[in-house]
Amino acid sequence: MSSITTRDAPRGFTASEYMTCLTGIVWREGLRFLHQRERFVSALVRPLVWLFIFAAGFRQVLGISIIPPYETYILYEVFIAPGLMAMIQLFNGMQSSLSMVYDREMGNMRTLLVSPLPRGFLLFCKLLAGTAVSLLQVYAFLIIAWFWDITPPLIGYLTVLPALILSGLMLGSLGMLISSGIKQLENFAGVMNFVIFPMFFASSALYPLWRVQEGSPYLYYVCQANPFTHAVELIRFALYGQINWVSLAVVAGCTIVFMIAAIYAYDPSRGLARRGPAGGEA
Amino acid sequence: MFGAASLVALALAATPAHAFVAYVSNEKSNTVSVIDTDSWTVTKTIKVGQRPRGIEFTRDGKFVMVAVGDDDTIQLIDANKQTVVDTLPSGPDPELFTQDAAGKTLYVANENDNTVTVIDLEKRARLGDIQVGVEPEGMTISPDGKTLINTSETTNMAHFIDTASRQIVANVLVDARPRFAEYKHDASELWVSSEIGGSVSIVDPGKHAVIGKVTFEIPGLRKEAIQPVGIGMTKDDKTAFVALGPANRIAVVDTATRKVTKYLLVGQRVWHMAFTPDEKYLLTTNGVSNDVSVIDVAAQKVIKSIQVGELPWGITIAPGIAPGIAR
Repeated sequence: MSSITTRDAPRGFTASEYMTCLTGIVWREGLRFLHQRERFVSALVRPLVWLFIFAAGFRQVLGISIIPPYETYILYEVFIAPGLMAMIQLFNGMQSSLSMVYDREMGNMRTLLVSPLPRGFLLFCKLLAGTAVSLLQVYAFLIIAWFWDITPPLIGYLTVLPALILSGLMLGSLGMLISSGIKQLENFAGVMNFVIFPMFFASSALYPLWRVQEGSPYLYYVCQANPFTHAVELIRFALYGQINWVSLAVVAGCTIVFMIAAIYAYDPSRGLARRGPAGGEA
Repeated sequence: MFGAASLVALALAATPAHAFVAYVSNEKSNTVSVIDTDSWTVTKTIKVGQRPRGIEFTRDGKFVMVAVGDDDTIQLIDANKQTVVDTLPSGPDPELFTQDAAGKTLYVANENDNTVTVIDLEKRARLGDIQVGVEPEGMTISPDGKTLINTSETTNMAHFIDTASRQIVANVLVDARPRFAEYKHDASELWVSSEIGGSVSIVDPGKHAVIGKVTFEIPGLRKEAIQPVGIGMTKDDKTAFVALGPANRIAVVDTATRKVTKYLLVGQRVWHMAFTPDEKYLLTTNGVSNDVSVIDVAAQKVIKSIQVGELPWGITIAPGIAPGIAR
């Protein structure tokens, strides 16, 4: 447990003080999410549009080869479900960092950062809060998908949870890292387009990578290097009670790198909103 | 995550063993694949004659009969030794066959000869031939053993043959290219699939008349791609499974309403099927994708596909737990 020096007296913090901080931040994020019903609806509508409309048109595309973790032929909507779960988390990760830009503009950020607890811990709490919100969205999506005949084994709903937490943290910390370099809300929309869409399309969310490889070997390498691909695959395997070790390693590694970089970038001694040497410590 | 993974492993390990043995005829590679239904793996590949298609266990479970059309014979595979040990005298180009309930008489459709050959299974001797329509294929026998059904692909008929006199007693016209016939277990209906007609005709065996039809429609698929072939009926006669060939799907049909309740995606050009004796699983042969799909019958879900030889055609499952053990 690290400690910081305050003006009164140097002292460490008890676990309960950490917990108070954690629940406070998670609670605030949860309340904010619940009060923004449009956000919940839009977080659900986005993947459902892909599932109901886009996948319907491509129904016959798959069913011609068996790829792990699947053990038989599957319809296209079954294939893209894990990709859409990851998409929910990607948007959510970016959105909660958007809320940090908002907090900063509105001055709430100052309230948060004057807390005597270590900054790294505060930011980690913020990440956990964002991930918790994304879990609500993903499970709501899974419930609706069940009625669309996307029926992974029941145990899969449990085994996918740790994968979702990890990928949620990775995408959240990436969003936090990006938001550290943004001064104003307006700039963020552009970054969303430059980050979300390339990450989503150059991944295994919508099409299996062997298909991409047939079309363009270069794009295949880009997809392989994309951490989002590994988040999708980690979720895909976990949903069927399996572990994709490569993806697990990549997602865990990226989470650590992005998180350290984000904490570093948010250090006011280096200038809060200055385009700092992001990733320098990683 | 590791905890969860070991949970899954535990759940898998706790699954009770249900080791049946399935034999699959591979039309193009001239082999028979043996599948263990416990591990869902191919445990052996047996070299057989040319163009193996129709395949069935003898009633005592000791032998597997496989029609090798291009060798104009039926080979007998010893289920214990898992090798070909003898042949049965069929006519030219045998394709499908059926046996009576006692397992004493075998009836073989000879595709190129427009005949059905009758074989004594105990003596392994030919008893005679019955003249039928052009390109005979589908073969089944009524539960009481009195009526033999043969469908002829080109004549588009189901022939009702009296097994005692070996005479055709009735012909029922069905849709184009009838491939397969299956009785309900209570003998109240005979289902005949028509590959080109794209339907299953339901025949009243007493009146010798078509009393209903099952039709199929899959969104996004051309009608010509839907070619019904194999039919599997559950023991309670409530549900029928129909293989739809190049539509790559098995239709689940409610036999009361005669409507399709669900389409299950399997491999390419699904042809024939067989239930495990406990009726927990239904295995289908997928000719073009060279695999066998496993359907969980209760859940009506495809759970796995297993690679076999080239162009898998027919499938049969041992009546008992292990090969050689009778029911």
